Amino acid sequence: MLSRTADNLYWLARYVERAEYLARIMEVTHRLTTLPLAYVGATNEWESAVATAGCAHAFSTYYQEANEETVTEFLCFSSANPSSIRNCFELARTNARAVRTALTVEMWDAINGAWLELKRFGNGPSSREEFIRFLRWVQESSLRFDGSAYRTMLRNDAYWFSRLGVYLERADNTARILDVKYHLLLPANERVGGPLDYFQWSAILRSVSALTAYHWVYRESVKPWLIADLLILKDELPRSLAACYGNLVQNLDYIARAYGRQGPAQRQARATRTKIENSRMEEIFQRGLHEFIEEFIAANHRLGAAIAEQYLV
Amino acid sequence: MGPAFDEMNGSDGALRPSYAELSRWLRDIPPDVLDYRRREAELLFRRIGITFAVYGDSDAQERLIPFDVLPRILSAAEWDVLRAGLEQRVRAINAYIHDVYSRREILKAGVVPEDLVFQNPVFRPEMNGQRVPHDIYVHVAGIDVVRVDADTFYVLEDNARTPSGVSYMLENREIMLRLFPELFSRHRIAPVENYPDELLATLKSVAPSTASADPTVVLLTPGVYNSAYYEHSFLADKLGVELVEGRDLFVKNNIVYMRTTTGPQRVDVIYRRIDDDFLDPLAFRPDSALGVPGIMSAYQAGHVTLANAVGTGVADDKAVYSYMPAIIKFYLGEEPRLKNVPTWRCREPEHLAYVLDHLDELVVKEVHGSGGYGMLIGPKADKATIAAFRAKLKYDPKNFVAQPTLALSTTPTCVEEGVAPRHVDLRPFVLTGRDRIRIVPGGLTRVAMKKGSLVVNSSQGGGTKDTWVLDR
Repeated sequence: MLSRTADNLYWLARYVERAEYLARIMEVTHRLTTLPLAYVGATNEWESAVATAGCAHAFSTYYQEANEETVTEFLCFSSANPSSIRNCFELARTNARAVRTALTVEMWDAINGAWLELKRFGNGPSSREEFIRFLRWVQESSLRFDGSAYRTMLRNDAYWFSRLGVYLERADNTARILDVKYHLLLPANERVGGPLDYFQWSAILRSVSALTAYHWVYRESVKPWLIADLLILKDELPRSLAACYGNLVQNLDYIARAYGRQGPAQRQARATRTKIENSRMEEIFQRGLHEFIEEFIAANHRLGAAIAEQYLV
Repeated sequence: MGPAFDEMNGSDGALRPSYAELSRWLRDIPPDVLDYRRREAELLFRRIGITFAVYGDSDAQERLIPFDVLPRILSAAEWDVLRAGLEQRVRAINAYIHDVYSRREILKAGVVPEDLVFQNPVFRPEMNGQRVPHDIYVHVAGIDVVRVDADTFYVLEDNARTPSGVSYMLENREIMLRLFPELFSRHRIAPVENYPDELLATLKSVAPSTASADPTVVLLTPGVYNSAYYEHSFLADKLGVELVEGRDLFVKNNIVYMRTTTGPQRVDVIYRRIDDDFLDPLAFRPDSALGVPGIMSAYQAGHVTLANAVGTGVADDKAVYSYMPAIIKFYLGEEPRLKNVPTWRCREPEHLAYVLDHLDELVVKEVHGSGGYGMLIGPKADKATIAAFRAKLKYDPKNFVAQPTLALSTTPTCVEEGVAPRHVDLRPFVLTGRDRIRIVPGGLTRVAMKKGSLVVNSSQGGGTKDTWVLDR
């Protein structure tokens, strides 16, 4: 398989995953900002949305203030932001066009259809209702694409590379939420955890679509250290760091077996997974949740570079 | 210019046999059904992503070529005439290019003027004395043919470089099969779906002698921003070969490799859809980012086959075109089976004088132009346009040829006001391999969707039709 083809498939999957993540962040932020201040505190949720999307720096070069209008424009429709939802679809389709031959008709249909439909939303929604519909639509488009890939692709290197894109992006996204919101999850906050934090906690869960999952796993009211446990260590949760790395290791192994050779990417992925597997929440808190997350984000980034080096160039 | 010959109703309104079934079917079918199918077809095309880019039109980066749901029909007898003529023409073109880059008999004999070759910007001195496998230069040719009456076909243009459009031929048929199964069952139509297999066989047959028994073929595209990118990806998919860009290939020790996830893999045959100029920044345009540095030297060493060969442009500009009948006679000793449109070469003073006197009735084309850009259609142009063109022509007469305005044949076409005759041309694709010449019956029919218009180019708003060759 051409390295460029693998690269395109990998990025196609990453951009679709990223678009969905951004849509969920926006949805959650909307929800939080509609609550009375007494329930969520005086934090600027829009600022935190930009930080969670990982583009605070780029945002500040274009706008003075983070509010509903500016953040919606920047994260969803701006062409200046390379990672806006619009650009994610644009880039996903560009990548898809470049590898038309490696996609199934269903996948092409899903991404091309989404790209065509995106034009309908123009440069922004005319109302809140329409905006919420837009966010639902983004998530559905991502689901449709991912489902098409899952159901129609041959299980060969093309599929494995596209899965690597999904899980690497997903791990990064979950880690970023933790990175921005970690202070809400620290045990010290338990004592002050009034209604204020409850809504913040449930917002975190919603942003990884895990609110219901939480209750199934823990059968308890929402507790911050359990949220951290769920998002970091629980294999059962598809967006947890543990689950993402389980999948990364597995797909990298498939590739190594097919090509008859292990490499740095396989070793790095396995090292990170082992680290997660051997961690317990108490220890992570003791050593510092924030440091753990920062290290994880850096390791995840290095894995991306290793995959690129080994296969994509 | 008299009334055009209609392929369904002739010149006199008498229904021609090859269209009998279609005419009956058109009478029976409710008009709204036709309209409904037309919209369905458009939806299918957009969904599949068959679009093309129009240069200099940033607003509509990807446009659909209008598709007409009514087929253009040729009888078996008509096709036999065309096929024989096309084979003859392409054999002569290959012999001519071989000669131009080796012994130059035709120039010595004075049949074709030397400056037409040596001063032609697409002449490639790098190819002098260069052998190519089996002396085949043009592996894929697109020969544009028009028709003026029941018996007369003219060759309008030879495309010997990187002719495009074959994906439309294939997709048009697929869409028609989906939309009109009942119409197909009333006819016996020669299939076209074997084109990719024939193309692959052709390409493999010209692999370098040093290649393995199962040579690696790739399709080289300039990339997603090229107007024919859809076609490139479509063909690569149907051929089952990698669609590569310049950056996917590299040359080491005069061998071409592609970068794969499992390391470098040797490439034997490159079906390139990129112009000579951009092929190799070391040999041609140094600013080309699309090509592969060193590929020309691998090619000259005989370690890779390029299809089509480098330098085939010497056979397909519009000035050389006018010598094609002589070229056929010179190499094959045969009379041309397909006629050339009478052509005035503005490079010759008496021709130029005639053309300047008759601008309002002639079509004047740039020698190296394509895609319908930069041409004058005298009878359709206003005085100012003609005056402006006259100045261009006088300034650089060598750059132009002129032809009479042909009354291109028409076929029934679905338009706003119902079914009406529209002018068409035909581009059959001729494949030349080591073993034989292969032509899939039919080709791409292009249709001028505007009433009375003679310009069928997609860049100028032309559409396409499925082309049916009836079996006996």
